[in-house]
Amino acid sequence: MSDRIREKLNILADAAKYDVSCSSSGGTRKNDNKGLGNSHVSGICHTYTEDGRCVSLLKILLTNHCIYDCLFCVSRKSNDIKRAAFTVDEVVDLTMNFYRRNYIEGLFLSSGIFKNADFTMERLLLVVKKLRLEQNYNGYIHLKTIPGASDELIKEAGLYADRMSINLEMPTEAGLKLLAPEKNHADVIKPLDFVQKQIAQFSADKKLIKHIPKFVPAGQSTQMVIGATPESDKDIMYTANAFYRNFSLKRVYYSGYIPISNDSRMPVLGTQPPLLRENRLYQTDWLMRFYGFKVQEILNDANPNLDVDIDPKLSWAIRNMQHFPVDINQADYRMILRIPGIGVMSAQKIVQARKFGKLRIDQLKKIGIAYNKAKHFIICADSPYQLKDYQGTQIKAFILAESKSKYLKTDNNQMLLF
Amino acid sequence: MIYIFDGSLPGLLTAVFEWFERKPGKAVLKSIEMFQPEAFAESFTVITDSAKADRVWTGLQKKLTKASLRKFYCSYLSEIPEASNHLFHFSIYIFKHEIGAEGNYGNEHIMALAKYAKSVEREKHRMEAFIRFQKTGDGLFYASIDPDFNVLPLISNHFKNRYADQQWVIYDLKRKYGLHYNLETVSEITIGFAEGINKQKPAPGLMDENEALYATLWKDYFKSANIVARKNTKLHVQHVPKRYWKYLTEKIDV
Repeated sequence: MSDRIREKLNILADAAKYDVSCSSSGGTRKNDNKGLGNSHVSGICHTYTEDGRCVSLLKILLTNHCIYDCLFCVSRKSNDIKRAAFTVDEVVDLTMNFYRRNYIEGLFLSSGIFKNADFTMERLLLVVKKLRLEQNYNGYIHLKTIPGASDELIKEAGLYADRMSINLEMPTEAGLKLLAPEKNHADVIKPLDFVQKQIAQFSADKKLIKHIPKFVPAGQSTQMVIGATPESDKDIMYTANAFYRNFSLKRVYYSGYIPISNDSRMPVLGTQPPLLRENRLYQTDWLMRFYGFKVQEILNDANPNLDVDIDPKLSWAIRNMQHFPVDINQADYRMILRIPGIGVMSAQKIVQARKFGKLRIDQLKKIGIAYNKAKHFIICADSPYQLKDYQGTQIKAFILAESKSKYLKTDNNQMLLF
Repeated sequence: MIYIFDGSLPGLLTAVFEWFERKPGKAVLKSIEMFQPEAFAESFTVITDSAKADRVWTGLQKKLTKASLRKFYCSYLSEIPEASNHLFHFSIYIFKHEIGAEGNYGNEHIMALAKYAKSVEREKHRMEAFIRFQKTGDGLFYASIDPDFNVLPLISNHFKNRYADQQWVIYDLKRKYGLHYNLETVSEITIGFAEGINKQKPAPGLMDENEALYATLWKDYFKSANIVARKNTKLHVQHVPKRYWKYLTEKIDV
């Protein structure tokens, strides 16, 4: 018995790992029935795999049998791999026992589509209902919405899950059509929209009636595969921006494509996953969500792709030197946030601290800003007097000269002589 | 002037009281353990007085936000020798200034507390993440730790709320005390370990019959979740520093 469960876990965890979402934040479930589990507002990463990604949830497929044949997916029908399926009780038992040992924050349950969408969604629903109703489990549950499942099933699932997600897979409709002709973005948009409207409805009702059940309290997310199809960074981020706006998504994930098939429409096996590009996309995502940037400021027709050698915030600053230098002791919080080398925490400390006196360089360093980067863009109480007005390109050269990219080993354009 | 206190939190708070009582001008606070008599420096030994300490604590509660009070407490739990002097001067600064003075991050003591608190909160969060319970034969979930800072008081509620339906023990091997939850309340305990016993991993005979199976399944899962093409050891070690590996079921070889 234990050998079979080990084999199943290996197969179904391996198949689920390309879904990068591992967030366990935003849950609001309290352990008020003296059961097991209590959500942690910011989520907890319980360990990290050797590729440096966090492990917060037990991320598994219910089954990797699938009726679809999407080229970018390991579980596609035509792929010759081992197949397995968990029973409902096996998933419940694994979740409870891992949670009790403090291995995990919760369960991330997805599935290949077997028979049809409703049949699959029903099985997922059985698992979450059993956890919540029979086991008094209050830990985190991230559940995949199966596109094409009935509204009733999705609505019921939303009563037990903390987060639901559906993956866009490819950033554009054209990209998706190329690799998964049976799918389209409309199939994703419909349930995302349905769940979003339900969330809004429940929160409106909550204002009127006190005891209303929770409905997907941690919101929805989606994922796009990057680098399998030829979209520009602009295409990707404009799509992300539209989904953030239209469906109030909590997160959009960008997953660098890892070659898993030798089809001529995709990067060949052995191609390095585009890790640096992925990183730049996340930085842009953060600038949009936490730094008050509009996506059009960072990516537009003149700049359809992100710089590889510098981060997007620095890149924006260099293109817009008319806004700098910024006076640390005077400027608006929103402008302080836009200075390269200053993050949200430091910006908040700066606007608090300057009420007590003009800030100097040594204080800024102690507050924790990346001074060597920021110094080109700021004035403070004891900034050295500068005769020359440097051009953006010169500043970029200064910064590159004194910094060493962690990606340098994969991104060395310099030629070797011998 | 050197103020010497017994190292306790009430002692530290009493020292603040005594400073305002005596106004000796410039003073440095040292714990008795750290104190070495210096030539030409006067010293004053603070006698811990809970009434005085309570007055100072009540005063701090009136002047500080909850978040700042927590930073104060975390800095104390850091057990870093220099922290007590910063806490001492921080308190004096707060009492001398209007409400809101805690936002002056240009002040070295305020910044020092922010840094200590950050380290302690990170260690607390790591314990919430890295503790691994092992289920014993009598149904108790046991974990041992040796954190950099004294974080047991900070993690007690988290584990009590989360594991409300199972008995558990978290034991700090470095500070030789632990927490025990008996399905109702959490209490402090000390365990007398027999000579030569493995405090980290109790003998297999004492464990629940399925403990080894779930540990194996967890290790399997950890391996399966890894994507070899993305291998990034530097990032891995940055997130899970090696000193924590001994806690982690998934990092311990069988």
